[in-house]
Parts: sequence; C-alpha cells; structure tokens
Amino acid sequence: MTSADFYYLMPLIILAGASIIMLLVIGFYRDHKVTFVLSLLGLAGSFISLMFIQGLPGQIGALLIVDSYALFYWGLITLASLAVAILSYSYFSKMDEEKEEYYVLLLTATLGSMVLVVSRHFISFFMGLEILSVSLYALIAYLPERKRSVEAGIKYLVLAAASSAFLLFGMALVYAESGTMDFTKLGAHINSGAVNAPLLLTGFALMVIAVGFKLALAPFHMWTPDVYEGAPAPVTAFVATVSKGGMFALWFRFFVEVNGYRFHSLVILFTVIAIASMFIGNFLALLQNNIKRILAYSSIAHLGYLLISFLAGGRMGLEAGTFYLVAYFITILGSFGIVAVLSFTERDADNMDDYRALYWRRPFLATIFTAMLMSLAGIPLTAGFLGKFYLAAAGINTALWLPVIILVINSAISVYYYLKIVVVMYRAPDEEVVAGMPVVTVSPALSVGGGIVLSVLTIMLIWFGTFPGGIIDFIKTMISGLSSVAITMVP
Amino acid sequence: MILLWLVIILMLGGIAAWIAAKWNVMLARWISLIATLVDFALVIMIWAENSSGVKLGANAPWLIDFRWNWIPAFGITFHMALDGMSLLLILLTAFIGVLSVLTSWTEIEYRAGFFHFNLLWILAGITGVFLSLDLFMFYFFWEVMLIPMYFLIGIWGHENRIYASFKFFIFTQASSLFMFVAIVALYFIHGKNTGVYTFDYMQLLGTVLSPTAEMWLMLGFLIAFVVKLPIVPLHNWLPDAHTEAPTAGSVVLAALLLKTGAYGILRFVIPLFPHAARDFQIPGMILGAIGIIYGAILAFAQTDFKRLVAYTSVNHMGFVMLGAFALNELALQGVVMQMLCHGISTGALFILVGALYERIHTRDLNKMGGFWDEIPRMGAVGLVFALASLGLPGLGNFIAEFLTLTGSFMANNWITAVATVGLVVSTIYSLRIMARVFYGRKPKAEKHIPDFNVREMVIMSALILAILWLGIFPHPVLDTSRPAINNIVKEASRGSMSEMKKEVQPFKEKSPELAGKSEKGGAR
Repeated sequence: MTSADFYYLMPLIILAGASIIMLLVIGFYRDHKVTFVLSLLGLAGSFISLMFIQGLPGQIGALLIVDSYALFYWGLITLASLAVAILSYSYFSKMDEEKEEYYVLLLTATLGSMVLVVSRHFISFFMGLEILSVSLYALIAYLPERKRSVEAGIKYLVLAAASSAFLLFGMALVYAESGTMDFTKLGAHINSGAVNAPLLLTGFALMVIAVGFKLALAPFHMWTPDVYEGAPAPVTAFVATVSKGGMFALWFRFFVEVNGYRFHSLVILFTVIAIASMFIGNFLALLQNNIKRILAYSSIAHLGYLLISFLAGGRMGLEAGTFYLVAYFITILGSFGIVAVLSFTERDADNMDDYRALYWRRPFLATIFTAMLMSLAGIPLTAGFLGKFYLAAAGINTALWLPVIILVINSAISVYYYLKIVVVMYRAPDEEVVAGMPVVTVSPALSVGGGIVLSVLTIMLIWFGTFPGGIIDFIKTMISGLSSVAITMVP
Repeated sequence: MILLWLVIILMLGGIAAWIAAKWNVMLARWISLIATLVDFALVIMIWAENSSGVKLGANAPWLIDFRWNWIPAFGITFHMALDGMSLLLILLTAFIGVLSVLTSWTEIEYRAGFFHFNLLWILAGITGVFLSLDLFMFYFFWEVMLIPMYFLIGIWGHENRIYASFKFFIFTQASSLFMFVAIVALYFIHGKNTGVYTFDYMQLLGTVLSPTAEMWLMLGFLIAFVVKLPIVPLHNWLPDAHTEAPTAGSVVLAALLLKTGAYGILRFVIPLFPHAARDFQIPGMILGAIGIIYGAILAFAQTDFKRLVAYTSVNHMGFVMLGAFALNELALQGVVMQMLCHGISTGALFILVGALYERIHTRDLNKMGGFWDEIPRMGAVGLVFALASLGLPGLGNFIAEFLTLTGSFMANNWITAVATVGLVVSTIYSLRIMARVFYGRKPKAEKHIPDFNVREMVIMSALILAILWLGIFPHPVLDTSRPAINNIVKEASRGSMSEMKKEVQPFKEKSPELAGKSEKGGAR
C-alpha cells in the first residue's frame, strides 16, 4: 500500500476515523448535539475529500478500485447519509433513549455501503456488505420500546444472515469453477470460453439471492414492509436509499466486469425478477393503508423499474440507472423525511389519519410530500418523470419491449395509491368535523434542519425534473470511468 | 418569445393568486382575471397581426416559431410554434379562460387562492399543448394540465368527486403513458435511421417506418388522444368527471381539455403516421359514428342535467373523430370549427347548469320544470345553446357539422349516412332540455329563483355573440385555419403515394399491396 492509496481512500478513512472519534467522545461526554455535529463533520469531510481525489482510476491492491463511477456513488451516498443524519437529529431529540450511538452506527453503515461501491473482489464485496448489514441490525431496532421495532430488527437479522450464507455459497461455487475472486480476472476467465457453465451459473444465481434481498426485489422482498414499518423513519430512509444504492452500484460493476449479459439465462432471470417486482410491489401497495408500508411496496416496484436499466446495459442503461437512482434517492429521502418530521414521540406518523387534511394544517409539508409522491408516480416537472423517461428510453433503445410495456402498465397502477395519499392530504378539514372524527391538530414543529433538507430536496426534485441537462452531463462524465472495455461489449 | 409569455403569464398569475389569497380572496380573483385577460389580448394581437390571407399563407407553415435548447443530451428543444389551427385553439383557450374565472367568481369560496392557481395552471398546460412542437415538451405539457385538473375535481367537486377524480386521472394517465412509449420509440427509430436523435416535430415528420411499426406507434398516440376526446369504449371517465367537477372545471374540461385530444389527432397522428392513419380510416370513422349515435342516445337517457350535457360532448366529439379520419380539407375544416363551436356551446351549457345549481341546489331534471316564467333570461340563453347543440343553421355548430359531414361523405358515404342519424337524436335531447327545464309545470313549493345577474349576462352575451359570429360569418376563422389544414392534408396524402414509399423503403415486400389498399379506402 502506497501513500497514494491513502488519498484514494481518504473518504473512507475520514468516515472510519470520525466514527472512532465519536465513540471516544461518547465515552467521556455524552451529548446528543455534540455527537450529531461530529457525525455531520465526518460525512461532510468525507464528501469534501472526494473533490481532492485525482489520477483516476486508482487501484488499491486487488480489493478496491476508485474510479469516477465510484466517486459519483460515493458522493450520492454521503449526501444521502448527511440528509438522513440531519433528519434524525430532530427526530431523535424527542426520544428518551440514548441516541448518541445511533450516529456512530449511521456512519459505519455508510462506510459499508461505500466499500461496496469500490469493491472489485469477492472479499471486499462481502466485507462491505457485512459492515453495512451489522450496522443496520442495530439501527433498525434502535427504539426497542416501540411495538414493532425489535421484530423488524430480528427479522432483518435472520434474513440478512441467511442471504449472506447464500452469497458466500455462491461465491464459493464461482471460485471453485474459476479459481479467482477478482471481478476482472473472473471476466477474463469467462471470456476465455472454457467455462463450466452450470456450476458458474448456480453460483451467480445464489449470489443473486443476496443481491435481490438487499435491493428488496421480488421474490426476496418479504422483509421490506415489516422492516420499513418497524424501523425509525430516518433509518427507513437510510435502508431504502444508501444501502440499496451501494448494492446497485456494486452489482452493476460486477455484472459489467464479468459480462454477465452473455449468459442468456441470467438475463431472463433478471427480466423475471424485474417484472415480478413491479407487479408484486404495486399490487400489494394497493392494499396497504399504512404510509410506510405503501412506500415500502412502492420501493420494491421502483427497484423493479430500475432493473430495466440493468437489463438494457451499455452506456445508456448505466446512465439511465444512475439518473433514476438519483431521482429515487431524492424522492425517498423526501418522503421518509416528511414521515420523520411529522412523527410523534411514541410512534411514527405512518397512519393515513395522521395525514388527513395535512394541506390545510401544514401546507409546506403537504406540498413537499405531494411533489415527492408525484415524482414517485412519474409526473412531469419532477425528477421521477425524467428518470422514468430515461429508463424507458434505455429499454426501448435495446428493444426490451416487454419490460417497458410492463413499466408503463405499472406506472398507471401505481398512480392510484400515490393519489390515495394525496387525496387524504387535501381533504377538507370541515368534513371531519361533520363526520365526528377527531381533528388532528397537534403535530411536532418543523425543525430548521429538517426544513432545510426538505426544501433542498424539493428544489433538486423540480430542478432535475425541468433542467436535467447539467446533471445528465455530469453523470455521463462520471460513469464513463467504469471499465469502458466491458461497456462497449454490451449490446 | 411571445408564445412563451402566453404560458408564463398564466403560470405566474396562478402563483400570484395563490399567494394573494392569503390576504385577500378578491385580490386573487382579480389577479387571475387580469392574467387571463392579458393572455386573451395577446392572442387577439397575434391574430390581428397575422390575419390577412397573405401573411397566413406566406409564413407557412409557422406564423411564429420559438426555439431554445432545453435538454441537449437528448435532443430535446423548447420548441413552440403557431399556425392557424393552434392560433384558433389558443384563442379559444384564452376566451374560455377569462369566462371560467368569471364563472367561479361567487361559486368558489373555499380556498379560492389554490383554486385559481389550479385553474390557471390547467390553462397554461393547455396553451402549452397547443403550441408545443417538440414531442417531449408536448408530453410534458400534456401531463402538466392533468394534476391541477385532478385537484380541481377532487377538492371543489360535488358529492362523488373523489371517485370521479381518480377515474379521470387514471384513465388519462394510463393512456398517455402509451403515447409516451410511442414517442420514445419514434425518437429512437428516427435516430437510428438518420443518426439525428431529436424530438423535434418537424424533423420527425419524415421518419421512415415499417408498416407494422407505424401502425403500433400510431395506435400508441391515438389511444391517448382518443381517451381525451373521448371515443366510445374509452369515454367512461368523462360523464363522472364532468358531472362532479365545479362549474369552471366542467367548462374547462369540455371546452378545452377535450380539444387537446382532437388537436393531437390532427397535429400528430395524421402527419406523423400518414399511412397508418389511412389504413385506420374506416375503423376511425366507424368509431366516430358510434360516438355520435351512442353519445346522443345516452344524453337523451339522463336525468341529471349536468350528466346530460356531459354526454352531448361524447356525441359532438364523435364528429371530430369522423371528420379527422375523413382526411380531406373540407372535413378537417369542419373539425376545427367543431372544436371551437363545441367549446363555446357546451361551455355555455355547463355555465347554465352551474348557475342553476347554485340557485336550486339540484341537477335532477325531474325536479325542474316551468322555469321560463321566473327566469326568462336563463331560458332564452338556454334555448340559444340548446339550438346550437342540435345544429341549427345560423349558429356555429351547424357550419361545423355541415362541413364535417360533407367532407366525410366524400370519404365514406355509408358511415356518414349512419352518423347523420345522430343528428336526429341530438335534436331530441336538445329539445328535451328545454322541455324539461323551462317548459311544463313548475314543481310545487319551489322558492323564488333569481335570474341571471349582470356578471352572468356578460359571460353569456360574449358566448352568444361568439357562436352567432361563427355561424353567420365563419370566414375569418376558416381562412385562418386553411393553410394549416392544407399542410395536414398534404402530409396525409403521403399515405396514398405508393410509388414514393416504394422508393424510400425497398426492403418492404408488402408495401405496394398495402398502399393499394389504402388508396382504395382513400377519398380520391
């Protein structure tokens, strides 16, 4: 390891260092605000250090590679964690629990996700995944006084451990067949043609289980609604964005490097998973009455949409997927941010009734939530619309007619449950008086930090939806760092 | 640039009205009224500048053309342009916009600021749709008008508004997504053929497509337009949405929103996919004829006044479909006239129903009758527009239907003959309105009903003058739209030129046979 490697890994080192410092500080002086500020400094420092990384791509041993593709995802992940941390502050100020360790866990989870982004080897892949998962177990069950919190944590623990086992077994099979755990060498081995395909494919398929679990794709989605519902709202936002984003970045890199597109059965497998995720996510979302569960199922569907970019492959697919993920990050952070901001001390604001006539009580929050929901539904003027457009474009460009048509049908279905929330928010308050329902008037005040984060997210949502030129160009230059050899080989 | 202002004024006016309503509701109303009036004045100005025949013809195809790079990465431009047809339609939009603000002057008391915001944004979206010449931007505006309309129905509507607003949204959204896929597919096909990836209408016009692809893409566009229009199997959302919407919402829906569907067929379906449009001529005309008859019969069967008027839209829009697929100048001129006249006459009927509802709080025809003695002004206005909607000579609708039927008779006489039956039924339902509401005996224990006041008479006089003018002196309108219509006909006629097609696409074996078929179905 040379000193140059330290430059490349500076964002990771800052995060790791920050979490250790925080632990030490907590040991001596336990204070919510201090820990919070330290975590912000860590995340912001990590983000700022991204700008100083030069001489890409930088390879660190056999395990990690820092290219501009990774830098983009690192930036996305740190910013998302920053937003989650700020939202968490006002959320946890209301709680009685010890809340300092929460930020440490948040930082380590972010670290795990960032390791995933830069891994190019099974070892670092697994390491990153475990750093992420172990932190998440604790984060999800962070408020044990609540009814579903521990249930959600245990559920995630058991299922994540099982999926890790599948992952390990899959990796072992791939290793047994190819004799390497390095993505690039694996790709070279596959391209050489002398492959025992059944063994290799079994290995890949087992790995897909773990990936599908992390991305909450059907049929590995069972944990999603319960965990989303049971976890504290900021953690839910984190699970839905940062953990999925890191995994998606890794899997795209892996698939491109090993050129998985040459295996027709894998492509079919992913097509099936994509279609199943879209339908299952949307249909089950129709049946829900709990906001967090609706968003959980809708995120399953959205990851299904996202898979279209993956199936399309190539430069355009990667661009579309990245753009979609950016839009998805913004909307999901915004939506769960609203839930977090509105939450009470004893429970999260996930009941439909909490949103009744929200527009007439809290017009600012209701307008933002409407914008977020419209983006999820893919209505113009929002980033979600352009994301869907990009996906459809990538899909049509590679003649993926079936997934694109199913995307269209599902977008239409999904409109129903997003509108259901919107309708509740705009329902006139006087109707409730007539109906004898209690009018919810007490809801927590909006903190400055929460307000800023939500406003910034909304501005980005509209900005990327109306003038996406800048961000698209940026994505284009950043992702071009990803192994150009393999990208051009894809259809 | 002036075209952009048309949209921006409405959008800014909407935001200003929303904010102003926090202090003063009247201020919000005045702001929206002024914004719409300014828009109307601008459109009149544009028309006055370009009204002479020389200019209309010379500047063809576009009178004003505005272009700005929007998302260069995808070849998306902010391209707005105006020809005679879109000029007339934005004129209608601005006109109806002013009236719809006036109509809701007293009707909307609840959250008036947000109401006016939505109203003005719908108008902005519709104006954008009529002016966009970039397919991406067209889709963008197509969707922009959807959300505020949804709110308008969902918040200020009548009893069953939630159901109606959901239905409206899902029908239109689902159908427009198919158009979206077709747009993107067209973009890629054009890009792969020529290497130029663009959404620009003018460049996509000449895209070479295989017959199958052309048919599928055309159907993708058509389904979005046909749902908006609406045409019979897909008209289901309309009666609910129209009935449940507040008066201004119904007026905008009937007078303007439906026209975006018609406009889409004329502007996009026919010129972009001339061969497929020709192949679809017979089914298209049949669908139009079904709409005419079915709409008329159902209108006759309603007991809810507003629902009745809603079904007359199905009936009238059938003529648009019939005329559009006749694919000749006469019929297309009729279609443009029909769009304008239907906008005015149905808008007026909805305002009448709304005014009546404000007074007697029912829309049930069985609870009405004998109102003429008490409210003669309303009766007289009602009579004018009932006669307009049955197509009495001297009023605009007659010209429109006459032109449409003459044109489509040239294209296919049998279907047209059948469609004409719809005229008889529409006479019956129109007269039934008069008989049920204004004649006969008044139901007992009805308290005194006030007649139209000055504001309402101003609205109605404007509408009556407009419909009379269109009926007696339609020439300025026909002259304005003629060059645009000629362009469309020219594009459509590409569909019957088999020789040219064979040259361009040597790889298609079936092409001569197909083209021969379409020639047989064609007009001449």
